[in-house]
Amino acid sequence: MRLDCPMCGSRDRREFYYQGDAVMLARPAVDAGEAAWDSYLHLRDNPAGQTRELWQHEAGCGAWLVVTRDTVTHAVSAVELASDVKRAMA
Amino acid sequence: MRFSGWRVLREGLTGNKGWAPHWRDAEPKAEYDAIIIGGGGHGLSTAYYLAKEHGLTNIAVLEKGYLGGGNVGRNTTIVRANYFLQGNSEFYSHSLKLWEGLEEDLNYNVMHSQRGLINLFHSDGQRDAFARRGNSMINQGDDAVLLDREGVRKYLPYLDFDNVRFPIYGGLLHPRGGTARHDAVAWGYARGASDRGVDLIQKCEVTGIDIENGQVRGVQTTRGAIRAKKVGIVVAGRSGQVAAMAGMRLPIESHILQAFVTEGLKPCIDHVVSFGMGHFYISQSDKGGLVFGGDLDFYASYASRGNLPMAEHVMEAGMTLMPMIGKAKVLRSWGGIMDMTPDGSPIIDKTDTKGLFIDCGWCYGGFKAVPGSGFSFAHLMATGNHHGPAAKFRLDRFRTGTGLMDEEGTGAQHNLH
Ligand SMILES: Cc1cc2nc3c(=O)[nH]c(=O)nc-3n(C[C@H](O)[C@H](O)[C@H](O)COP(=O)(O)OP(=O)(O)OC[C@H]3O[C@@H](n4cnc5c(N)ncnc54)[C@H](O)[C@@H]3O)c2cc1C
Ligand SMILES: [Zn+2]
Repeated sequence: MRLDCPMCGSRDRREFYYQGDAVMLARPAVDAGEAAWDSYLHLRDNPAGQTRELWQHEAGCGAWLVVTRDTVTHAVSAVELASDVKRAMA
Repeated sequence: MRFSGWRVLREGLTGNKGWAPHWRDAEPKAEYDAIIIGGGGHGLSTAYYLAKEHGLTNIAVLEKGYLGGGNVGRNTTIVRANYFLQGNSEFYSHSLKLWEGLEEDLNYNVMHSQRGLINLFHSDGQRDAFARRGNSMINQGDDAVLLDREGVRKYLPYLDFDNVRFPIYGGLLHPRGGTARHDAVAWGYARGASDRGVDLIQKCEVTGIDIENGQVRGVQTTRGAIRAKKVGIVVAGRSGQVAAMAGMRLPIESHILQAFVTEGLKPCIDHVVSFGMGHFYISQSDKGGLVFGGDLDFYASYASRGNLPMAEHVMEAGMTLMPMIGKAKVLRSWGGIMDMTPDGSPIIDKTDTKGLFIDCGWCYGGFKAVPGSGFSFAHLMATGNHHGPAAKFRLDRFRTGTGLMDEEGTGAQHNLH
């Protein structure tokens, strides 16, 4: 598997650190309550198909990335900078 | 049909014409007292103990493919009780005791072989950690022996003891650890359940869970609707999808775990051995193949095959530890879908829906749990009470933060186990 880092181009999977579901981009407020924090930290849609995940180009530029990927075929359809995604969310 | 030495002899002399199918391939009825979704190891053992221990026989196991076609037939068959934390310790201890009586109980040869498991260590720090683990195993009533380097050499003379980077300091021997024949475990439980009247229904995929006023009413399947007062979800890697049918999101992410097997060789590896410095563990099957594996590929996946980086890592780690296997030819590699929880420990619990139960989160270690999980899940489904040895496997431990069981001590976070 290779990921296409927007900064560095196509690189081997081994250069990247996998964080998990991109739900991690939407951190709840400190006082949002148990349910919101549980949902953020633990509960997952865990889809068989398209998913959005956070990866870091650990052994490259260090950027955090949002990867859109199919969990059944492993095909990667988009790689965006997490900072761009986060800005668009605001 | 009972198996015995006498029966084998008689069949051998009469052309083996008397063997019958081991279980009935049942047709779905309109209604059952209880339905088990998933015909893997845990689903089949749950059905068996529901029938045997609780007299519930008007029940069905619904399997979307064929019985035993999931992880129960894809694992590396290691059976052990060497856990460290309360909750896990008593559960796996109970499960191992069930294993030790399983062949008698099922009248089925599951080839349970307590050949001994040796976890190697390679530094002073690791020795301390294993000494501590061994003590908690002994406190639990199980067995553990701390071996020094020469002690390990007596059992495993073929290791590369003086490896420059990872010299062997010793190992923790768990004499009652070992392996079993995975398919036979599924078949033995299937036969035992079917003999007691349980309907085992194959090619029957559950596509919906019917809930009315917070009470489960039954399921929708590719073979029609089936009503039931109680439903147990036992679908391992597919837990997320099936729970979603009941409107639940689970603390589970499905990951891929690979394994490998070589051509058959003469007996050379008599134990189960794990490397302490890379992801590699190995045993030799009774057919002679070296069966080995490593860690997850480490990204969410539903593909039953892995990627090359982990395959390469496992081979490298194996060659570092025991260079003698270098000439063996790898015949096959495969992957299975693992239901990973944030703390790496399982879930056996009720849900917010009345009559709906869930047994999941077995991560990469659920084969050895097949007897214990079925026993405890059956107890929960039949009586509504948690069963002693599995009482700490609560679904809400993540939300409340109370009772997390993180054996590795890395944190209860999805990508860390
Ligand atoms: C490579 C590998 C090595 C492993 N090594 C070990 C080991 O050495 N020791 C150990 O203890 N554990 C090991 N494990 C883990 C162990 O195999 C699993 O934890 C365990 O088998 C999971 O439980 P199960 O047997 O019930 O799962 P499965 O056999 O996967 O059963 C689940 C069943 O549910 C069915 N299902 C799914 N969705 C539906 C639906 N909608 N309707 C109907 N049926 C459905 C599936 O078809 C499947 O048959 C390993 C796993 C892998 C992949
Ligand atoms: Zn980069």
